[in-house]
Amino acid sequence: MCLAIPGKIVELSASDPHRALVDVVGVRRGVDISLVEPDGIAPGDWVLIHVGFAMSKIREDEAQDQLRMLTALGEAEAAMQEAQGYSSDDADPQPEERPSP
Amino acid sequence: MKYIDEFREPELISRTSEEIRRLADPARHYRMMEVCGGHTHAIYRFGLKDLLPSNIELVHGPGCPVCVLPMGRIDDGLSMAAHPDVIFTAFGDMMRVPGTQGSPLEHKARGADIRIVYSPADALKLARNNPSKHVMFFAIGFETTAPSTALTLMRAKAEGIRNFSVFCNHVTIIPAIRAILDSPDMRIDAFIGPGHVSTVIGCRPYEWIARHENKPIVVSGFEPLDVLQSVAMLLRQLQHGEAKVENQYRRVVPWDGNKAALKAMAQVFTLRSYFEWRGMGFISQSALALNEDFADWDAERRFEIPGIRVTDPKAAQCGEVLKGVLKPAQCKLFGNECTPERPVGALMVSSEGSCAAYYQYEHRKHALVSIPA
Amino acid sequence: MPVASPKVRFRDAQIEMAHGAGGKASRRLIEGLFAPILFGASTEPLGDAAHLMVNGAPIAITADSFVVSPLRFPGGSIGELAVNGTVNDLAVSGARAEALVVTYVLEAGLPTEVLEAEVRAMAKAASVAGVIVAGGDTKVVEHGKADKMYITTAGVGRPIPGVRITARSARPGDVILLSGPIGDHGITILLARGELDLEADLCSDTRAVIGLVEALAAAAAPGLRWMRDPTRGGVATALNEFARDCDLGVFVQEDRLPIHDAVRGACELLGLDPMHIANEGQFLAVVAKEFAEAAVEALQRTPGGDAACIIGEVREQPAGSVLSSTPYGGTRIVDMLVGDPLPRIC
Repeated sequence: MCLAIPGKIVELSASDPHRALVDVVGVRRGVDISLVEPDGIAPGDWVLIHVGFAMSKIREDEAQDQLRMLTALGEAEAAMQEAQGYSSDDADPQPEERPSP
Repeated sequence: MKYIDEFREPELISRTSEEIRRLADPARHYRMMEVCGGHTHAIYRFGLKDLLPSNIELVHGPGCPVCVLPMGRIDDGLSMAAHPDVIFTAFGDMMRVPGTQGSPLEHKARGADIRIVYSPADALKLARNNPSKHVMFFAIGFETTAPSTALTLMRAKAEGIRNFSVFCNHVTIIPAIRAILDSPDMRIDAFIGPGHVSTVIGCRPYEWIARHENKPIVVSGFEPLDVLQSVAMLLRQLQHGEAKVENQYRRVVPWDGNKAALKAMAQVFTLRSYFEWRGMGFISQSALALNEDFADWDAERRFEIPGIRVTDPKAAQCGEVLKGVLKPAQCKLFGNECTPERPVGALMVSSEGSCAAYYQYEHRKHALVSIPA
Repeated sequence: MPVASPKVRFRDAQIEMAHGAGGKASRRLIEGLFAPILFGASTEPLGDAAHLMVNGAPIAITADSFVVSPLRFPGGSIGELAVNGTVNDLAVSGARAEALVVTYVLEAGLPTEVLEAEVRAMAKAASVAGVIVAGGDTKVVEHGKADKMYITTAGVGRPIPGVRITARSARPGDVILLSGPIGDHGITILLARGELDLEADLCSDTRAVIGLVEALAAAAAPGLRWMRDPTRGGVATALNEFARDCDLGVFVQEDRLPIHDAVRGACELLGLDPMHIANEGQFLAVVAKEFAEAAVEALQRTPGGDAACIIGEVREQPAGSVLSSTPYGGTRIVDMLVGDPLPRIC
């Protein structure tokens, strides 16, 4: 229902505190960053863009965590446990479920 | 592209696909509904069905704001475009959606000032740059899109821009899921939850699905690896007889959603007591309208809206397809009277609609005797 | 094996923008209205140019109109398009353009310098493509009755010896070649209109492809079955027309399609399929398998052909359709474009 794409903050607007320039592999556009301001936004951060608004700051640690977990899939039991070891090292304040192996 | 290419990595995808085959019980048939049209689109675009065992059936849900919009609302919106001073703005998605007198594009061909915008903020900019015109924005979308409309309206109000209004058709996803679960012929085992809606509403609003309906739900991203991983997570829950809300899309979905976005929505919108959904009928408390504070920017109050109602064509079996009772090609009209170029039913209207996606990407594939590998 | 094309009747009540967008609606208009009335006797699939015998001499002839906003955009302008477009239509029909005639429809009030710039752009493009502009005509319409200027060019060319282009000569196992990166022109124009507020360092790919076509013909003429320049409607539409005309299946490996990053970025952002985006300086070719290697090498050796590559092959099935495969084994049907590509948010 909603097309949203990751983009990188290139610069914050000098004239409007709620706007920033983002780059999506060489395509640039000004976006509204009001919704992610509470997370603290700086050039170099990645945000998810929908209809010209940044909806969410992308968490690199979670992305890596997911890829690590998937890399471990189908490998030996030991590798699986190691992956779980990695993920429990990350302090995760959210009370959500982790996928069980 | 960072955060896209990693999640399309062939080796990881084939591993996850193998994992799914290991987890799926061959004696069982699984029906999983992807609530969001974005998932439907991704499933077809990436050919993900080819990576799933045949006993996992993906049922396409109601999460396409264009498809579920009743034809009467399109007529209502286009009635404003008839005013000579009005610039009608909408997302590209709306442009080919037929009203009884034709689509916005057809109205444009006949001379109405109709423009595509990428963002509601662009519609407001158009109002700023055309003070002698009135710019009406035809707002559609679920909770992902509603905050951007809200922020745009707050900005219009703060800047005192009076030649701008919003025709609000924002809808909310939870009542639609509830309507599907409440239907007596419902046959869904588990849900792939809408990832981008959840960046705003978070994961808590789905807890009742797990707790009271005993259905697993995994909030999922949109890349091939995201969708496949979500299917694997749902299979694990089903295998263990569990039903809980899990968040597969943690890189962008906070468990509690986006407070700033929810706050903006609360400041601008009020819940409609009911709203008509194409293919599903009236659903109570399922849509948003502008509240009193924004009455001056509410197109429904500034213009005389005819309030047109167009009954869904009887022969179109959109409701059954939405609930997973029928597959798109099993509808009597599919591919004959109802095609993406000339849609009859709701689900053929947008490329995200399950019938249109099926038509575009899949149906000829299956119409043929054999597909070479 | 001649294929009876399905009868398409043109039932649309009025002309919409989609009828000019090169996709399904355009095809309906041509096959349902123009073809039966104007050239009803022909059973050949419609090509990019007509090949005729005049007093025993073979000639190729074609015409094309150019309507673009803005008139100038990064990498080109309407004048350059008007020359290259017609030269390319002849080239992919298997002919070298010799002469063009041109007509201008001008809106009253058009600054002379704008017109002059386009006339000069045409002269330059014609000299690069090795074609002469032999004559023309001008009409001026009232202010507001046209958008600045429209250009039509008609071209006549000489068939390249040994080349016969027809989709019906294609056989399962033939390979599909693409001359270079796709989508540059369409995305450049979309961005140049400024309505989407997007910026990128991207140029239109407008150019004459005759040099590349001649190199391909020299290397692979006996095995060269079909060519087309995937303009409006993009690669997806051109391949669908081919699949329909030969009643065979087209199989494309999606990860082999050369696409510039900025085109990919814009397509992801706007929800567009790069295979639906217009090109003005590329062409597709179907070549017998035994000529494939020589064909690719010949293209890559020719200036402007370094990104040429094999993107797929012709198969028995799915007859009349285009199937594309992802690197991880998923497949999908690639349909023709319906109308203009519109950005979507959902």
